[in-house]
Amino acid sequence: MPHDPPAVDDILAAVTDRFGSLETTVFRGQTSLVVPEPQSFDLLSHLKEQGFDLLVDVTCVDYLEYRGAKQRYGLVYLLASTTTNQRLTVRVFVDDPEPRVRSVVPLWRAADWLEREVWDLFGITFVGHPDLRRLVMPQEFTAHPLRKDYPLQGRGERHNFPVITRDHS
Amino acid sequence: MPGKLELPENVVVSRLDELANWCRKNSLWPMPFATACCGIELMATGAAKHDLARFGAEVFRFSPRQCDLMIVAGRVVMKMLPVLQRIWQQMHEPKWCISMGACASTGGVFDTYAVVQGIDRFIPVDMYVPGCPPRPEQLIQAIIDLQDKIQREGTITGREFDTSQRQRRKRALVEADQLLVLDAARNPVAQRELSAAAHHST
Repeated sequence: MPHDPPAVDDILAAVTDRFGSLETTVFRGQTSLVVPEPQSFDLLSHLKEQGFDLLVDVTCVDYLEYRGAKQRYGLVYLLASTTTNQRLTVRVFVDDPEPRVRSVVPLWRAADWLEREVWDLFGITFVGHPDLRRLVMPQEFTAHPLRKDYPLQGRGERHNFPVITRDHS
Repeated sequence: MPGKLELPENVVVSRLDELANWCRKNSLWPMPFATACCGIELMATGAAKHDLARFGAEVFRFSPRQCDLMIVAGRVVMKMLPVLQRIWQQMHEPKWCISMGACASTGGVFDTYAVVQGIDRFIPVDMYVPGCPPRPEQLIQAIIDLQDKIQREGTITGREFDTSQRQRRKRALVEADQLLVLDAARNPVAQRELSAAAHHST
């Protein structure tokens, strides 16, 4: 097909040389690598040197209610290369009680807000982030709403405001 | 009963309230609080085909100090609600509010942790317009109904907004004043001042 991204086999070979064999999955042409948390920053900086200069997204999946899950949070880093048009996904698994990952803001400045959003909605601490605070929820919000144990309707925060009636206004 | 009052053709006799209502209803300037998709329909209602200016909404002033009708069009999230309340409080009386669309009226399809399930929980609303989004004709009907409501229930001094709680509070202030006056007889400071005044006058 004319606009398929090129294969990432050379990248994977270089990664295997340096980091040993990592769990790799290919789904419909998209390659995904799983890296243990202590090596995540090294792998991502190595991939940046290999030419993945665009961090497309940082997001997370909560595997709390997933059968066979070993760790609760699966971080997803979507990388792309603007020169060779290759795409790669990197997965990092972290767990409760204190999910922490090293921040990739020194590598890609876009990670600033992307990691803030993941902190806001999932509660994963990014060590080394310059300004880790809430992005989409209000500052005084206390929970992490996209976790599976947070109810869809919330815990009453949405209606915790003063009521203005006709005689006040 | 003396003879009927003979009026020339160009004289109208009416109550002051009705005159004020007529003026106010025909010059409702909207404050568009458009947060989401209903805002597009609000813009369409103000545009050429369904012209809102025919009904007196000549300009959509984006300053709350210059408006009397707030049209909340779109879902209001909990982060936006204090802003909405502040804008409402900054509007001068007499003021009215139209909640346009399902999301502003009840939260719509978004029964989630972030969306307020109806702004009437926190703001006094006069008219609700159902729809997702409501057609411009529906919004125009809501404005016409609001005009009828103003004509029926309005007063020139805004007494219809004087709810019982506000009246009680005003009475409380008035009574406090009177209490001070009554207590002057037992108030040593007032006594001293009164005697000093009497001393100076003599």
